[in-house]
Amino acid sequence: MRFFVRRFVFYVITFWAAMTINFFIPRIMPGDPVSALIAANQGKISPDAIDALKALFGLDENTTLWQQYVAYWTHLFHFDLGISFSGREPVVDILARSLPWTIGLVGIATIISFTIGTLAGVAIGWRRGTRADVLLPISTFFSTVPYFWLALVVIAFFAVRLKWFPASGSYDRSMVPNLSWEFVGSALYYGTLPALTIIVTSVSGWILGMRNMMVTVSSDDYVTVAQAKGLSERSVMFGYAARNAILPQLSSFALSLGFIVGGTLVMETVFSYQGIGYQLLKATSAKDYPLMQGCFLVITLAVLFANVIADLAYGVLDPRTRQEG
Amino acid sequence: MSALPVERPHGAPAPQEPVLEIRNLSVDYGYDEPTHVLRQVSLTLHRGEVLGLAGESGCGKSTLAYAATRLLPPPGLITGGQVLFTDRDGTQRDVLALSDADLRASRWQDLAIVFQGAMNSLNPVHRIGRQIADAITAHRPGATKKEALEKAAELLDLVGINPDRARDFPHQLSGGMRQRVMIAMALALDPQVLIMDEPTTALDVVMQRQIVEQIADLRERLGFSVVFITHDVSLLIEIADRIAIMYAGEIVEDAAAQDVYRRPRHPYADGLLHSFPPLRGPRRELGGIPGSPPDMARLPSGCPFRDRCAHAFDACAALQPELGPSAVAGDDPRRRVACHLHTPELVERAGFTPQPLPPSLSRT
Amino acid sequence: MAAELISTENAPVAGEATAPSGGKRRFLWMRNAKALTGLGILAFFVVIAVIGPWIAPYDPDERSSDLLKPPSWEHWMGTTHLGQDVMSQVILGTRSVLLIAFVAGFLATFVGIVVGITAGYVGGFGDEGLSALSNVFLVIPQLPLIIIIAGMLPSAGGLTVAVVIAITGWAWGARVLRAQTLSLRKRDFVEAARANGEKTWRLILAEILPNLTAMIAAGFVGTVSFAVLSQITLSFIGITPTDTWNWGTVLYWAQAQLALQRGAWWWYMFPGLCIALVGISLTLINFGIDEFVNPRLRSTGLNARLLRRRGIRPRIGFTPVVHEAKEDRA
Repeated sequence: MRFFVRRFVFYVITFWAAMTINFFIPRIMPGDPVSALIAANQGKISPDAIDALKALFGLDENTTLWQQYVAYWTHLFHFDLGISFSGREPVVDILARSLPWTIGLVGIATIISFTIGTLAGVAIGWRRGTRADVLLPISTFFSTVPYFWLALVVIAFFAVRLKWFPASGSYDRSMVPNLSWEFVGSALYYGTLPALTIIVTSVSGWILGMRNMMVTVSSDDYVTVAQAKGLSERSVMFGYAARNAILPQLSSFALSLGFIVGGTLVMETVFSYQGIGYQLLKATSAKDYPLMQGCFLVITLAVLFANVIADLAYGVLDPRTRQEG
Repeated sequence: MSALPVERPHGAPAPQEPVLEIRNLSVDYGYDEPTHVLRQVSLTLHRGEVLGLAGESGCGKSTLAYAATRLLPPPGLITGGQVLFTDRDGTQRDVLALSDADLRASRWQDLAIVFQGAMNSLNPVHRIGRQIADAITAHRPGATKKEALEKAAELLDLVGINPDRARDFPHQLSGGMRQRVMIAMALALDPQVLIMDEPTTALDVVMQRQIVEQIADLRERLGFSVVFITHDVSLLIEIADRIAIMYAGEIVEDAAAQDVYRRPRHPYADGLLHSFPPLRGPRRELGGIPGSPPDMARLPSGCPFRDRCAHAFDACAALQPELGPSAVAGDDPRRRVACHLHTPELVERAGFTPQPLPPSLSRT
Repeated sequence: MAAELISTENAPVAGEATAPSGGKRRFLWMRNAKALTGLGILAFFVVIAVIGPWIAPYDPDERSSDLLKPPSWEHWMGTTHLGQDVMSQVILGTRSVLLIAFVAGFLATFVGIVVGITAGYVGGFGDEGLSALSNVFLVIPQLPLIIIIAGMLPSAGGLTVAVVIAITGWAWGARVLRAQTLSLRKRDFVEAARANGEKTWRLILAEILPNLTAMIAAGFVGTVSFAVLSQITLSFIGITPTDTWNWGTVLYWAQAQLALQRGAWWWYMFPGLCIALVGISLTLINFGIDEFVNPRLRSTGLNARLLRRRGIRPRIGFTPVVHEAKEDRA
């Protein structure tokens, strides 16, 4: 119980910290961003927008820092994240539209990648010195290439040359988003290449991590005891070795979520896949600060949430956590 | 399935048929430039007896037990020998000659090992009841999970643990309780031989006593034979029928416990027994053995003990001693000693002058 | 050795490895093939970074009339849409990539060391506070944070990027070092030194730090790896100014000019390969360090084939049996 309480408190603190960082970043930037923005947009910004900008950057002379901070949190709890400059619509709307795509893509791809990687890692780590060991350098190679470069290569090969898959987009543009089979099918079709890229680059991390943990755990006494008892190979490999080796893997999975999300961001750009990452990068180029902050908020929340789930899973799987000494 | 006690009239000597015979077992450690940690070691466990296997750390006693059951971790390698197990009906099989599948199927039923109950011997993520029960379900396909768990509860009761604790996890138990769980686990399939690897080493003295008594009690009821591995010779003198003392990968003395205690025939055994004070009886001068055990990768020629032996002579550097009968008249003919002081003819044939037995090694 | 069957140590603390002691151990990692290969590749790139401006055949900004040409004798890596030589861009890009990556690596590692060791050594509230701090930085997604910060800066060139990367990436090393320091602190030799009245900072420098070198090295390599990737990503998205050349910028232009659709594979293949090679070299070095710290991980590699031939299959629970005993009792 204590374990869960501690983790919960931690996540609340982290959320607060992230949001505070989000609050402060525009305020500590050097230079005068407002004038720069006005100049960049050649005076096409309305006075309201200028006011909003000033408030965002803390250049509003009428309020103190503390008042701005309170206002920030108030807005946050009302789900008011401002108006996007480039899109001219509420940031919340843009985010609500884009989030499901990212979550779908990242979620599915990561789960597939983790599953494949862990299973492969178990197999390779259990039987050492077999021919399957050749998978290790191969997957290592794939883990070192940047996500987006592999994306480029994949597009060039599968989309441009072979024309098996579309090179960009999240769904067929002629369709309107709905929940019909047709649409879902189209979404899956368009999502295949991005998902494939994510899986190929991230799977090796899981393979390697699981393999190393299997090797370490295999030398623990209880594995020898299990073999001494004459249990089946599968029981020992899964019930004794893998079951214990996966615990640190879960922890590192939780920690790597931030990194996974980072890689996906860029990939969305390459594939013009309309998720949160795509919006963030578009906003960054356009210096659309409210949208940028909104994206960061949502991304951080999503990562925190995933961490919570991973922690819960860990708490369930490791009985030692239920009794914090 | 309930535990069936083996009826044995009190005071009758244990039948002398062998149940586990290790013959010329050789074990290497390391694949490329191996260290020969066991060199053609032979040892016999008879049905119904408690055989103590004693020696300093690194002498190879645990290695012997694990190699005999093919549980030695990498880079261990068995390079020769046989391990013959004799069943109750008389059939014999060589454990080392079994295929992996056959070995796996036969494990735990004829011979079980009680590992040290350290934190690491139990799977931290499974409940202890389940860990006892899975041995049962693995070998008795007819048993349901429920039946296996019931049997597990019975076994816990047998070793003095409240059966309700079957749903506990290992980290919730104390060291002594974990050791008992290991014992209960070993008894799950009613084995004929129990190998106990340092079962009391990690425990305090009071707990040691309890465990030892528990083991004796279980032996009375279930009638298995025991190989008791420990570095604590004094403990063995109390509970073992026979004691085998190992040094640098070889057995140097193999005799009845009281014989080893009162009338050791090997210089090392003699030194060992004078290294601890008796709790009762007249005070004895504490001896000790100068020097330290040799590096197994760089063994001296001939007898590995000669550098620390007070009675070493020239033959000891040239010839390797083998286990043979004691040279003292009137000794139990089943005694074995590996020392040149007991083989004057061999020494003479090799061209050296045999030495007489010193009085410390020829007490009666 | 044989009797150490029962004692196992799960957490491989650097220095507990059953390897030759002291001086010999320091050079063991040098003999590791993986680490050497990695170092070799990295050294190659470092050399290129240093002598880049002298060996680049063309000025990377110089345009020519050879628009979008595949690799040829004049242009080994082909040309861009403006006739610029891709190879020159790649060569000159090396310097900025490596420089920023190493600076970021140093900064992050330094902060990680300070925070991690302090947290592990001090314990109590200091530890709780510092741990909370590093955990927060660990969980917050790094790349988005980098993008936000870099995006809001008026100009995010060179060293600014390095600093930003260091700010987001120090937490991992701090965590690992804290865990190691915690376990080292309980060890006897540290307690003995404390009992002797040794000053804290001297203790840390003399007793604790030497045992952490492997972890610090691994952390440094990891951070450099992360920095290379982040930096290139930033350039690729166009956040860092596109006038200084680095591999990411090359890719940025390649993508902007639709190199994919135009089939100009050389434009993005070569920079990508360089990135991959640097990444591989760093990973190999890290493998070498990993295997040194945890000897159980050493792959059997070549030995595996020999063992198979002898009929030996090392497995837990099934000791291989071969009848090769040559020892004969005299």
